[in-house]
Amino acid sequence: MWRFVLRRLLQMVPVLIGTTFLIYVAVFALPGDPIRALGGDKPMPPSVYEALRHHYHLDEPLITQYGRYLLGLARGDFGETLNGQSVASLMATGWTVTVQLALTAWIFELVVGIALGVLAGLRKGGIIDSLVLSGTTFIIAIPAFVLAYSAQLIFGLKLGWFPTAGTDDGWPYSYLLPGVILGSLSLAYIARLTRTSLVENMRADYVRTALAKGLPRRRIILRHTLRNSLIPVVTYLGVDLGNLLAGAIVIEGIFNLPGIGQQIFQAVQIKDGPTVVGISTFLVLIFLLANLVVDILYGALDPRIRYE
Amino acid sequence: MTVKKSRWLISLTAVALAASACGGGGGGGSKSKVFTFANTEPEHLIPGNTNDSYGLNVDSALFDTLMTLDANGKPVPQEAASVDSSDQKVWTIKIKPGLTFHNGEPVTAQSYADAWNHTANGANGWGNNYYFSAIDGYADLNPDKGKPKVDTLKGLKVVDPQTLQVTLSQPFSQFPYILSFLGTAPMPKAAFGDLKAYEEKPIGNGPFMMDGAWEHNRQIKTKKFAGYKGPRPAKADGVVFKTYASRDAAYTDLRAGRVDFDTQIPAAQVPQAKRLLGKRYLSVPSGTMDFLEFPLYDDRFANADLRKAISMAIDRQSIVNAVFNGAYKPTGSLLAPIVPGYRADACGQACTYNPTAAKQLFDKAGGFKGTLHLMFSNADPTYEQWMTDVANQLKQNLGITDITFDKIQASDYISKLVDHKATGPYRSNWTMDYPSPEDYLTPRCAKPTRSGYDGAACETLIMKGNGASTPEEGRKYYQQAEDLVLKDMPITPLWNWQDQAGYSGHIGDVHVDPYVQTLVHLDQVTVK
Repeated sequence: MWRFVLRRLLQMVPVLIGTTFLIYVAVFALPGDPIRALGGDKPMPPSVYEALRHHYHLDEPLITQYGRYLLGLARGDFGETLNGQSVASLMATGWTVTVQLALTAWIFELVVGIALGVLAGLRKGGIIDSLVLSGTTFIIAIPAFVLAYSAQLIFGLKLGWFPTAGTDDGWPYSYLLPGVILGSLSLAYIARLTRTSLVENMRADYVRTALAKGLPRRRIILRHTLRNSLIPVVTYLGVDLGNLLAGAIVIEGIFNLPGIGQQIFQAVQIKDGPTVVGISTFLVLIFLLANLVVDILYGALDPRIRYE
Repeated sequence: MTVKKSRWLISLTAVALAASACGGGGGGGSKSKVFTFANTEPEHLIPGNTNDSYGLNVDSALFDTLMTLDANGKPVPQEAASVDSSDQKVWTIKIKPGLTFHNGEPVTAQSYADAWNHTANGANGWGNNYYFSAIDGYADLNPDKGKPKVDTLKGLKVVDPQTLQVTLSQPFSQFPYILSFLGTAPMPKAAFGDLKAYEEKPIGNGPFMMDGAWEHNRQIKTKKFAGYKGPRPAKADGVVFKTYASRDAAYTDLRAGRVDFDTQIPAAQVPQAKRLLGKRYLSVPSGTMDFLEFPLYDDRFANADLRKAISMAIDRQSIVNAVFNGAYKPTGSLLAPIVPGYRADACGQACTYNPTAAKQLFDKAGGFKGTLHLMFSNADPTYEQWMTDVANQLKQNLGITDITFDKIQASDYISKLVDHKATGPYRSNWTMDYPSPEDYLTPRCAKPTRSGYDGAACETLIMKGNGASTPEEGRKYYQQAEDLVLKDMPITPLWNWQDQAGYSGHIGDVHVDPYVQTLVHLDQVTVK
């Protein structure tokens, strides 16, 4: 098991270096001149233009720029944004917000989603099942921004239960409303996935055997069926945590949460290379780690899976 | 399994709690009389490097300048006791005694000279560098190639602690306007030791001072500067600039009473804001203009009659009504109405909607062959909306059937214009630096122009205006220059912006002034 983890961790190194290179090249290939754009409609004297290009090493060939970036990374230096801020501290503030938002959404979809799925799956065709199925269809059908604006207007502005925007009230208060909206789509998938998986497993041979052996139904569900049914759900949850951490540009925008999604969106727009590469590299790392955790959890849930 | 899951959950909650502890929380104190201003994350805060309006909003609270603008847009002394020149070339500036920075350091002629020398030095790459181009010695600090050999402006002379003598390379009657721009604010000695640290917590000389460091993407807190001796002491205990990534979020917070002042109500929300806010809704005239500019380097646009025909085929009022809810003002001048010297009918027939005359002129000019490209950037969705209306009107009124849009990545847009790579008429925009016709006309005429227009004759007139001994005489030349540009029409004015602002019921003494960066005098605002 530990050998497996170690090998996976080592495999991440070339993947990370490869992705930083690809992203660096992609940003480099974006059209436009970020320094010229800094000046906007105001004249930028040639002396200032040259000084800034030199400061950000944009006057060097791509490969030198990338080499310089890697050397910085090795020293833990993520470089500088186009307005002279450190990318590392920018990411620190962005990640703080995004992690809080993502975890709020994730915990919500995990707890409520699985609970709804189990309730629906145990009484297939019952009232709860029908309610869950129609409710989740409703959520899947409505675009997230409609839900977000509606929730902001109703629960924020009209009823005043939650802050309308911003992070002033801290976790969890500021993050509850956006978190629930952000998690609602995945919640619908998780509830449906859990339900289907549970229904299928309830019909499996081993369940009939266990019933015939005289095991109580409660024990069968808790010890066997649920555990098997959660394997696809765990995969989904793992990948979804990565998705949530990748930032939610729309939700962050509507609720004015200065998270990583906003930052990368703005950085791409102004062709701010170091910021884009820094954030994306972290995102790749998160996806790799999330996948590793999912693979390990498989083993815990399904004893048939063994790591050599 | 249940046991395992719950333990798992507890640890996750712990992680989340720890994360939230890092983030910190809680807004400003509720007892002190502090108000909040909806802002966007500034690019910079050091005055010499700050030319984005969000950074300038904050700087207008933190810094005073030598001059300021009165209610009529005329430069009047702020930190200066007097600003005089007999020949518009050598300017003697006397600074009021007893003024200090937030750290107690006195504001002297040297504080100004230090800030200006640093900004004017091209090697520092600061955004407001070109505002100092009028001063003698600027060229030495900004050589075309390589590093400058000197590090001070030859034209700056500190005569004594209260006297600064500025020699310009040419007579420039509008120089007092430049002195009212926040980019010319002084800097204390303490700043130059560590400019990076200074940017995070600028020490200024204005009525408000930093209350803690710049909290990026969240807020910038300021408090009243107790030692302030200048002409505009603060009435409130402080102002907090809250950062919003979108105008909609700021407006929602204004409605919820979570922010006191919002200067960027989205045009689409104007009817609702008028209804909800009543007297607390403000429509403030702005110096910002939208233009349609022509690439004269493209032969197909070389004929001035064709450009005029296009200008006359655009129904500016209907576009303003449809896209901006009628909030902006259609215009026939290159200047904004708040600029002294503005004439509403400067452009005359050539900017007045007249489809019949436009079509006649269009046919006389030989029509237009090939595909007409309309170019704009993707920075804001309204650009495409109004360009679509322009395209439809050109189709309908001139019969140009083959029209396409070139929507350019925002970071690429300016380079395309500067490098003369526009494929057709394009969106052009100008925000006011100071309310002088010179500020609007120089970019149209001075080499190299973006449109490729040969503005030599116009530049001569501007120079005459710059050298004039009275504002009235200068205005005459500027107006002649404007007439010349509008006759040749390398660019046609479309509309003048209006800022849509609103404030909460928690604040009073909100005095609107279009010449103030933040639209209202922050120092006069009181908190109820």
